[in-house]
Amino acid sequence: MSELLRMESLSVTYRTEEGPLPAVRDVDLVVDRGEVVGVAGESGCGKSTLASTVLRLQPASATVTGTVLVDGEDVLTMRWADLRALRWAGASIVFQGALHSLNAVRRVGQQIAEPIRLHEPSVSDAEVDRRVGELLEEVGLPVSRARAYPHQLSGGQRQRVMIAMALACRPALIIADEPTTALDVMVQAQVLDVLSALVRERGVGMLLISHDLSVLADMSDRIAVMYGGRVVEQGRADQLFTDPLHPYTTALGASFPRVGDPAARYAPAGLAGDPPDPRELPPGCSFHPRCPLASEECTRAEPVLELKRPDRSVACVKVPVTGGAR
Amino acid sequence: MTGLTLEARDLAVAFLLRGGEVATALDGADLTVRSGEIVALVGESGSGKTTLARALVGLQPPSRGEVLVDGVSLGYRTRDLKPFRRRVQMILQDPAGALNPRHTVYDSVAEGLRLHGLSVNEEQQVAEALAMAGLRPPERLFLRYPHELSGGQRQRVLIAGALALKPDLLIADEPVSSLDASIRGEILALLLKLRAELGLGVLVVTHDLGLAWNIADRTAVMYLGRIVEAGPTEEVVAAPQHPYTQALLSVVPEIDRLEPVVLEGEVPDPTRIPRGCRFHPRCPALASGLAVLVEDACRTVPLPVLPASEGHRAACHLAAARLESEEWSHG
Repeated sequence: MSELLRMESLSVTYRTEEGPLPAVRDVDLVVDRGEVVGVAGESGCGKSTLASTVLRLQPASATVTGTVLVDGEDVLTMRWADLRALRWAGASIVFQGALHSLNAVRRVGQQIAEPIRLHEPSVSDAEVDRRVGELLEEVGLPVSRARAYPHQLSGGQRQRVMIAMALACRPALIIADEPTTALDVMVQAQVLDVLSALVRERGVGMLLISHDLSVLADMSDRIAVMYGGRVVEQGRADQLFTDPLHPYTTALGASFPRVGDPAARYAPAGLAGDPPDPRELPPGCSFHPRCPLASEECTRAEPVLELKRPDRSVACVKVPVTGGAR
Repeated sequence: MTGLTLEARDLAVAFLLRGGEVATALDGADLTVRSGEIVALVGESGSGKTTLARALVGLQPPSRGEVLVDGVSLGYRTRDLKPFRRRVQMILQDPAGALNPRHTVYDSVAEGLRLHGLSVNEEQQVAEALAMAGLRPPERLFLRYPHELSGGQRQRVLIAGALALKPDLLIADEPVSSLDASIRGEILALLLKLRAELGLGVLVVTHDLGLAWNIADRTAVMYLGRIVEAGPTEEVVAAPQHPYTQALLSVVPEIDRLEPVVLEGEVPDPTRIPRGCRFHPRCPALASGLAVLVEDACRTVPLPVLPASEGHRAACHLAAARLESEEWSHG
């Protein structure tokens, strides 16, 4: 079976003092082996919550409905022992903000070794050292850096350590949550090269989460764009980037201009207003208050995510169905 | 508004580290920013761009060189700095951290007016500044606290605090890097509007070449404490002369782009600046043999500080040799 991750009708609601907060609403998503699926969206759109459910890492205040299958196993109902085996060895997460995710007082080599020691207690010390060395090489760090503490490394090097940790137990699925957000362009390019090589050479599946559509377009096979907790557009990465159909996808793409594009010169593109508070979603389409195309009909009902072109689903009543889609 | 010209002349900042090592964060920079123009200072972490910005606003006394304000050397006594700091306002990155969480929007914006003794009709001044920063109606925000605002609103409050003092120049350090993508364009559009309506000059410090392309008239690229290339943004982007600028542009993620040149390693430690051209250990032109005719110079001959000018130029032995041969062939 080539299917690694399947999410069906997934919804996550947090209990908060100000009332229920629906962070993820009715999301369907599939990642195959050797495939990179990008999830695009801004703060509060639900993309990080979505990622946390893959390993059942969501906080106790969250109510999850729907299905999350990793390699055919239901994560949400899995027994604790199976879940422990799944974490690191089946799937692992590269978090953003490597500085805060690493233990400041332990050498990075020990931290990379930790999941190996936990999951494979029979492996000898020499073998663990050898694997740590291999992992460091795979992410482009000299083996000698195993003895460094996190503060002795640059931001890009720490992010490489995080990737090495995520790879330690040879998972088939990697979830990368904004892996390059705090990094400079050159270091970002280096880290993205490391991630691409993993997919190419190890055939892992990857769920790549970012607010930068141009990064996702470069890296992904397919992209899902999230807004207000829902997927509002989904399709092949190249098509979605060059020919966005949902007005939010268009705006998100334009907000990072193509350097050298005359249309963007002295014309920064943005959207008025702010992303919605999930506790107070606007009626109808949750994007309508910021949408340049919105009309009265957009306030009535939440648009359904439906096939509008071959291989492209869009949740917008303004986008006509064409090109042989259903 | 009177207009102002702020210049860095061979400006350098060195820090003495524990153990006696000297980190030359800024190693000689010439740069001019005038009212009415937007200049982008682009570079990676460790390039010295924030140190240059801080030295330009007088927050960091230079270890060499000087800051000129309308041609007059900036003094560092409080009575010299105070009037200067009203005219040149710095906007810090991370609006969440730069605002006092216990101050209302009104107090945050009024603080500068009070410090400078400029409160005349304070409520009106604060309202005007908020409206100019795009927060309307301003009165509705007076009593709000930072945690009640969105990231974009916080950034606008910081800009309003600067505008209240009627400055000639704004120095903005990564003004949009912590904001959501869809908010970014709105803040950049605001900077363009302030230039058009108030004749403000803006120096934007950023690692984002897209931002420079969006709003900057001129772009200066920094590497390891020096400006290595500068010129009109169109020329720097369309025809970059320095191999470092060429590499930076090639890795901006896009779907149909130049062949990416991913440099190895990172900007080196400023306690150990390589001899010759400071970029030579990472230079793809040198590694590929493209610079074979100037190779010795790259490894041994340091480059002079790139002079501030309106034109497009780069601190690179290879670019200089090419320019010379072009001039030769044009007779």
